[in-house]
Amino acid sequence: MTANFEPIVGRYLRIMLDSKPHRLYVEQAGEGIPLLCLHTASSDTRQYRGLFNDSRVLSHFRVIAFDLPWHGKSSPPEGWQNSDYRLTSSAYVDMILAVIDALDVERPVVMGCSIGGRIALHLALDHPERFRAIIGLQSGAHVDPYYDTSWLHRPDVHGGEIAAGIVCGLIGPLSPMAERWETIWHYMQGGPGVFKGDLHFYTVDGDIRDRVAEIDTTRCPLYLLSGEYDYSCTQEDTLDLARRIKGAKVTIMKGLGHFPMSESSQTFLSYLMPVLEEIQAATPRR
Amino acid sequence: MLVDRTEQMQQRVNDNARLVWRGRFVNTTFLIEVGETSHLVEVVAGQIKSIRPGPFVMPSWSFALRAVPEAWEKFCSAEPPPGFHDLFALTKRRALRIEGDIYPFMSNLYYFKCVMATLRPVVVTP
Repeated sequence: MTANFEPIVGRYLRIMLDSKPHRLYVEQAGEGIPLLCLHTASSDTRQYRGLFNDSRVLSHFRVIAFDLPWHGKSSPPEGWQNSDYRLTSSAYVDMILAVIDALDVERPVVMGCSIGGRIALHLALDHPERFRAIIGLQSGAHVDPYYDTSWLHRPDVHGGEIAAGIVCGLIGPLSPMAERWETIWHYMQGGPGVFKGDLHFYTVDGDIRDRVAEIDTTRCPLYLLSGEYDYSCTQEDTLDLARRIKGAKVTIMKGLGHFPMSESSQTFLSYLMPVLEEIQAATPRR
Repeated sequence: MLVDRTEQMQQRVNDNARLVWRGRFVNTTFLIEVGETSHLVEVVAGQIKSIRPGPFVMPSWSFALRAVPEAWEKFCSAEPPPGFHDLFALTKRRALRIEGDIYPFMSNLYYFKCVMATLRPVVVTP
């Protein structure tokens, strides 16, 4: 065979979420410690393509990622046209646990970015026993609004075009052009109202300021990695989180923005590898 | 800051065919306020037709971008520091106010971010 396939295998998973049948797109590659990756708002698993193609990662980790319903190749549930899409903390947590159960994965590492980084904090707080380690990328306990999200979903403004305008500034200015525009394209493909619906979780429902100090890192290690150019979740937000959570390990990533794994995948991997090696070292060999 | 860079802005935008194409449906006049001074920028079909310095007696514009000189200086530097590298980074830190009828701005957000980035010594595409 001469076809130059990547190691990623994508399949559709039939799963019940929120008592409704869903068709969820799941990607996997590698063998070893399960590592579940959560994409950002209004994007999809393609953000983790660098990680999914890194032989150092794949030789020790089984990397798994799924597109949230409404995102990427996962469809919305039947009847979606009759209501607004709004992501909530409880639905997001239930979804992650349901996917882990469906794939029969035991105590994975979970790594999420942005909304994924926020839900990682919810998981650290409420379900630490289900995870081997938790990695929050661009994790903050809340975000101060800096634009009116209703602009993201109205018929007289192109959703893909405005998404490009929103996210371009969140990418580190030195990130490679090809990866910058790949990252922007994923956003330009988001469905109507999906970005706004995700930000409902990010800006309103998922605010976890009052509870983060209760996270017990002795039950599950917590790593926080944030790019310095992110103004959605600022480095100050992440450092504040690290101050309030005893035992959290924090890294500020130079030059990177809000989408480290996608906007500059190799630079991101240089920051992530030591974390993965630490997790690997703490995992007993079978 | 802006006073000596208006020609640069107009020329860089109008010479950039792809940027003019991005703004092909933009026909508006917007205000840039730098502390006490302000400019009116007239855009026709993505091209900057004029940039007029104030003070104005009866200015007419759709939207205004207002910030203090210190914030614009950092935004317009060759390598803007984190938090000053994007218009929305400025709004997040409450250093920039975007006011008025912001429909032309929001519906052509990437275009206007590119236009404002031409104020930097070297243009780095947003």
